[in-house]
Amino acid sequence: MVGVEGTYNDKVVRQFAVMTVVWGIVGMLVGVIVASQLYWPDLTFGVPWLSYGRLRPLHTNAVIFAFGGSALFASSLYVVQRTCHVRLLSDKLASFVFWGWQLVIVAAAITLPLGLTQGKEYAELEWPIDVLITIVWVAYAVLFFGTIAKRKVKHIYVANWFFGAYIITIALLHIVNNLAIPAGLWKSYSVYSGAVDAMVQWWYGHNAVGFFLTTAFLGMMYYFVPKQADRPIYSYRLSIVHFWALIAVYMWAGPHHLQYTALPDWVQSLGMVFSLVLLAPSWGGAINGILTLSGVWYKLRTDPILKFLIVSLSFYMMSTFEGPMMSIKTVNSLSHYTDWGIGHVHSGALGWVAMISIGSIYAMLPRLLNLSKMYSTRLIDTHFWLHTIGVVVYIATMWIAGVTQGLMWRATDPENGTLVYSFVEALNATKPYYLFRLCGGLIVLSGMLVMAWNVFKTFRLAAASTVPQVVLPPDLSDARA
Amino acid sequence: MTPAWTWYVVILTVLNLGGCAWLLMGTAKRRSSDPKPDETGHVWDGNLTEFNKPLPRWWINLFIITIVFAVAYLVWFGVGELKGVGHWSSKSEWALDNAAEEARLDDTLKLYAGKPIDVLAQDPSAVSIGRTIFINRCAACHGSSGHGAVGFPDLTDDIWHWGGTPNRILDTIQNGRQAVMPAWADTLKAQGGPNAVDDTIAYVLSLSRPDQPKDAVERGEKMFATICVACHGAQGKGNQVVGAPDLTDSYWLYGSSMASLHKTLSEGRQGAMPAWKPVLGDTRTRLVGAYVWTLSPHRDPPPTGAVVAE
Repeated sequence: MVGVEGTYNDKVVRQFAVMTVVWGIVGMLVGVIVASQLYWPDLTFGVPWLSYGRLRPLHTNAVIFAFGGSALFASSLYVVQRTCHVRLLSDKLASFVFWGWQLVIVAAAITLPLGLTQGKEYAELEWPIDVLITIVWVAYAVLFFGTIAKRKVKHIYVANWFFGAYIITIALLHIVNNLAIPAGLWKSYSVYSGAVDAMVQWWYGHNAVGFFLTTAFLGMMYYFVPKQADRPIYSYRLSIVHFWALIAVYMWAGPHHLQYTALPDWVQSLGMVFSLVLLAPSWGGAINGILTLSGVWYKLRTDPILKFLIVSLSFYMMSTFEGPMMSIKTVNSLSHYTDWGIGHVHSGALGWVAMISIGSIYAMLPRLLNLSKMYSTRLIDTHFWLHTIGVVVYIATMWIAGVTQGLMWRATDPENGTLVYSFVEALNATKPYYLFRLCGGLIVLSGMLVMAWNVFKTFRLAAASTVPQVVLPPDLSDARA
Repeated sequence: MTPAWTWYVVILTVLNLGGCAWLLMGTAKRRSSDPKPDETGHVWDGNLTEFNKPLPRWWINLFIITIVFAVAYLVWFGVGELKGVGHWSSKSEWALDNAAEEARLDDTLKLYAGKPIDVLAQDPSAVSIGRTIFINRCAACHGSSGHGAVGFPDLTDDIWHWGGTPNRILDTIQNGRQAVMPAWADTLKAQGGPNAVDDTIAYVLSLSRPDQPKDAVERGEKMFATICVACHGAQGKGNQVVGAPDLTDSYWLYGSSMASLHKTLSEGRQGAMPAWKPVLGDTRTRLVGAYVWTLSPHRDPPPTGAVVAE
């Protein structure tokens, strides 16, 4: 008979896994609503708290921090226990992290539609919520690193480096960018101003992409790809090189969001060249994941979970190639402020982040519930195809729309040098694509509903069998005293 | 930026890029003490293991190429106070491009220089250039079809608050206009009691819509005759010299709702048209004037009794 200490704390993992699906549906539904508003501007009858300007940050916050965040909490807390061969540091702390994070999300869902915002992209939430985020995040850090500290194996598994780097960096980014002087309960002024404010914001903004949406999900990848493929990681050596290169170089790339602005030329140059240098470290993670399948590629035919994981890596490679290209000043002068940027973000967010999360949840959930597999493997495959088709439709239409906008905005009459098109003419030209984009989004959302059904039925199957799982003893050669 | 900050940035950059290169070189070759490529050392969670395969050669090369490019780019374009060997700046690039474009444009636009806008309006190519200027500069306020909006005049009718002759329109475009309807609430109330604003509105409305309450109109007329008459004229027909609108027609720049009229009389209106000559130069303001000239039918003359500006 083993005590509580001898079992994994999977309650918090299950809670976060379920909320991943719930917030995924909510966040993507809000995305579908704002996409519809771009096509039918009067859709919400001029109700202020349903206006595009307020719902759009709700969409981004919900998909990044509620959906992506829940997936990361679930997977990191699952992975750290399994690879450290030990139960989480504290059940109370785990519970606090879960309920604290849900409170942050609910507070965001109330304050953003009310128009309470700091006006900083991906850092809209006002200072009281920022304080709450900081407290929850510190609790998460103590929980995660405390579990690492009491591990039963000598070596720290590679996935945990990535989760660790993400936890430390997000704390740093969140605190520095949100430094503000409160002026009342729901109003504050940033301590930065002018070009410095813009630079701090995009140092934060790009590293939110780099550490929240990349590094952390690579941690997920490093556990679930080899686990699902039942193969060794391709190269330990490659994981070391691309890990250190990635975290060193990502920090510099922020200024590429501010090309051709009041930022000094040399800062723009640094942002551009470091974005280019970032290409190889980014691809390092992707090839390490994809080549892990060497010799077992046939598994892709029968395992839709593996398809999710591997296709997510393909989208990751594609968007981490596209990103450096878009940071080149000449390309940026065409792509910036157009829907190309929206397409790029969604190939990262829906292609990479969502697919690796969905794949990992499908892989993790049966193991959490002492089942051999999900309720329906066919429905996973259905979800895979819906998601893939939706993403491709979405990003392809945004590429076309974006390049069209970029070319129309800059088109000048060769005869007399005047601009050929007005803004509204470019808007008219892109309007049909907004309908296609909406279709792409709807297809992705429908896939999420299929997932919700599958998850629900899996829980029903497992209703009686959620007995705690016993901590696996470490391999003798790796055991730590 | 002080030299100390420049060197701070340079040193950090060198350490970072150099660190990446050092990391690559240190791991590109297997040392004899390293595990073999197909050896899997440690085991986690039952079956998680790692090979130690060499870094793909093409990947190392890709990494090295980007680092070399980064160094070369920064040497050419500069970091901090250290000017690049290419002597490039976005400011100088813009100045050069702009000068070249302006020279080319001057050449194209020579044809239209100094001509009155009604003459240019006869030339389709002039009107076409004027239209592209209009949709990019003027449409933001006046609408892409020139129909205007609340507070921004409709350019497709025959009503010209500041004068509708070719010279006056060009003057408006080139030098801008600043409307000066003062806030009258205090003065009106001092002279005509608490309802003076409403009375005056009743009188002004009666000029175009006779069905207003009679006694209010009579009281308002007295107010009008002592205050409003100075700009809008005894008959309310307006004065193009100061931009005072004709109050007897059906066109209301700020709308004809009671709320809007109340605001106009009580708080005043200070509509502003920017001066475009400093931005667009003489010839291009003439071309956009030519386009604006084509928008209006030029059928109705200014109302009799108005002060007309030529």
